[in-house]
Amino acid sequence: MSETNLLSLIIFAPLTGAAINWFMGRRVRSEKFIGAVACGAVAISTIVAFYLAFKPDGALQSEAPLLDHLWTWIQVGKFRADFGLAMDRLSGVYSLFVTFVAFLIHVFAVGYMRGDKGFYRFFAYLNLFMFSMLTLVLADNFLLMFVGWEGVGLCSYLLIGYYFDRNEAGDAAKKAFITNRVGDWGFVMGIMLVFTMTGSISFFEKSAYGVTSALQTINALTPDPFAWHMLWAGGITTIAIFLFIGATGKSAQIPLFVWLPDAMAGPTPVSALIHAATMVTAGVYMIVRCNAIFSHAPTAMFIVAIIGAATALFAATIGLAQNDIKKVLAYSTISQLGYMFLACGLGAFVAAIFHVITHAFFKALLFLGSGSVIDGMHHEQDMRRMGGLKKYMPITFATMLMGWLAICGIPIWAGFFSKDEILWKTWSATALGANAAALPNGAAKALWIVGAITALLTAVYMTRLMVMTFWGAERFREAVTHDDQPGHHGEEHPYAVHEPHESGWLMTVPLIVLAVLSTIGGFIGVSYALGSLVSSHPTNYLERTLEPVLASPAGETPTGEVRWLSPPPAPHDGEPAAAIIGTRQSSAEIHSAEEVLHERLLALTSVLIALAGVGLGFAIYSKRPLLQMPSLLNNKYYVDEVYDATVVNPIKSGSREVLWKFFDQEVIDGLLHALGRTVTEVGGLVRYLQIGFVRTYAAIILFGALALIGVFSYYGVRILLR
Amino acid sequence: MDGPQLSWYLALSAILFTIGVVGVIIKRNVIAMFMCIELMLNAVNLTFVAFSSYFRDVTGQLFVFIVMTVAAAEAAVGLGIIITIFRNRESLDVDEASVLKL
Repeated sequence: MSETNLLSLIIFAPLTGAAINWFMGRRVRSEKFIGAVACGAVAISTIVAFYLAFKPDGALQSEAPLLDHLWTWIQVGKFRADFGLAMDRLSGVYSLFVTFVAFLIHVFAVGYMRGDKGFYRFFAYLNLFMFSMLTLVLADNFLLMFVGWEGVGLCSYLLIGYYFDRNEAGDAAKKAFITNRVGDWGFVMGIMLVFTMTGSISFFEKSAYGVTSALQTINALTPDPFAWHMLWAGGITTIAIFLFIGATGKSAQIPLFVWLPDAMAGPTPVSALIHAATMVTAGVYMIVRCNAIFSHAPTAMFIVAIIGAATALFAATIGLAQNDIKKVLAYSTISQLGYMFLACGLGAFVAAIFHVITHAFFKALLFLGSGSVIDGMHHEQDMRRMGGLKKYMPITFATMLMGWLAICGIPIWAGFFSKDEILWKTWSATALGANAAALPNGAAKALWIVGAITALLTAVYMTRLMVMTFWGAERFREAVTHDDQPGHHGEEHPYAVHEPHESGWLMTVPLIVLAVLSTIGGFIGVSYALGSLVSSHPTNYLERTLEPVLASPAGETPTGEVRWLSPPPAPHDGEPAAAIIGTRQSSAEIHSAEEVLHERLLALTSVLIALAGVGLGFAIYSKRPLLQMPSLLNNKYYVDEVYDATVVNPIKSGSREVLWKFFDQEVIDGLLHALGRTVTEVGGLVRYLQIGFVRTYAAIILFGALALIGVFSYYGVRILLR
Repeated sequence: MDGPQLSWYLALSAILFTIGVVGVIIKRNVIAMFMCIELMLNAVNLTFVAFSSYFRDVTGQLFVFIVMTVAAAEAAVGLGIIITIFRNRESLDVDEASVLKL
């Protein structure tokens, strides 16, 4: 199929854009050219992705994935890794929003980064990031996905450290990369175990190339029971936990989340693209892609859910106390990612992907909006010095309002539908995984409580952010000293009161588009219980698209429907199977009336919680916007200090004292010096052979002669006596 | 006992040879070293002649001729070198001719 060669265009267009900008950008020096190349490359990816997804028999409709085998990369014995792309329903949906949101952010960045000396470098890195991210999403095997995984980590490092003349940017970049690396260890262990267990690392079956699907193989095995010892038993649960460790690194969950707040040292479009919408959701994508593995490992799923919920609450409490506008959003991202992992952990993979999508919309909007605010405030990031901006930056204000409503979970904005679905799936979860292993008593309800509290806190701190930034007194007019400004990047202005200004169209148009998406984006995945309130035949488009390729939460399998994981068990790859789904029962029969009622009540509860949070935020912060939050929260529970003391400093001093001073200097260098000394000593002895001292020569001749005589006489006597 | 035995000649030769060797090593005077070298050569000559007489084979005596010739030639050349060194250094001490040392 020559059409699917279009798939490679999706990833190679940004790569080409990066190459053009990198090699020609420095000489061309025209921001319009560089920006046009970069945005154009991503636009090409977007258009191709949309075309391939939505065309008749495209990725979103067909049962089999669109495959594009580019070349065979590694083939050693049984191990085979191809450079091959695959767009099935999951990666199709993912690539749609990734490319589109990325396009909007690229356009924004052209406006935001104007006048910067490294303009070409920034867009080269940004396009390189898109190449890596799309490789990650469209990869058809674990190893290529890992290539993309590493690539996005690299580009994150390059972009966080973009302002390389600032120490904290370089430190943050290193921290991000190293923390990611720790997670990558887990990921690679997981991949190796998958290969050991199944003999393949491909997601899809490609019988034309003799490649079996590792996921299908695992799917056919018996699921592991829910038991803690399964974690180290070397089976499917161990694989799942290793993969999850990789996900915690990339998607900033406990314990590897510490890099993300520091990553705010990078330019704001980077924070929006990488650390909100795309890279950090790669962990979620990987887990959903491997849902076959996870649904056979209920112990691992439970751990995923617990860590997701814990991270969500933990980060929300910290976000409440931050004063830098970007740090609040960073902790908010960590918290929302926790929700996604909570959903994955309970088997609600569709809900997780739904939240990924809506989160991409509203979080990118919030980050870009904050970028607009920062730019309009002449690079001021501390909210304590903002206030009353709504009349100076009306468009930014209006769009951020949409994002705020979305993240708080107010219906009809997008965040409500996705967050509510996660909370409902949490409340109603009874069992985990393919063998319906029972959840511990009350675990689901406890997780729901954590989620609900987090939702409340989310509403509170987002309201705090909005109130401190846009309403109230114009605190930026008060004279303040420059001493206490940690994150002051860009040119140093001699301090005068700068009038905040609204941003140009390059920045406001993407904001508007994202605001629209945040408002109506939720309608792609309205659940039955809510949709049936307004329509008699509600369709949950997202669920309908993704269901055939994902395992459903335990205890929820409707009868009469064959479920499989990509690709379908067809004899030929790339063609739909003959007998696919049995007659699908109508949605009304699948959802019992009691369930629907419960879901509606829970949705109402969510709305009330959100409104309570908003109200609380207004009540507290509109009166006292500068209210000091507890310093434990402000100092992020001293997590970084704890890590420094327990991990970083022992490693540093261990390296310095033991490895360097002792081992390198004394053992290895000592060995070398001893070798040298030995050679010198031996040489000192050997030099007597040529000492110039004639009598020594005579003596040596004598001894040599004696030796020869001795040898000859010895052997001669032996012969004689025989 | 019917005349001197072979082993006596050989013993004498060995003793002379050893004295010559020790002399070469110990003596510092170049001329004395040369005399000891001649002594060694003559000891070997004695050995050859003794064996030649004992086995009634004339080859040993032939070899003595050769050795003598070589000894003479070598003495000529060696003395020429010594005279040159003596002219340069005014000393016949072989320890002082050690310019090639490390």
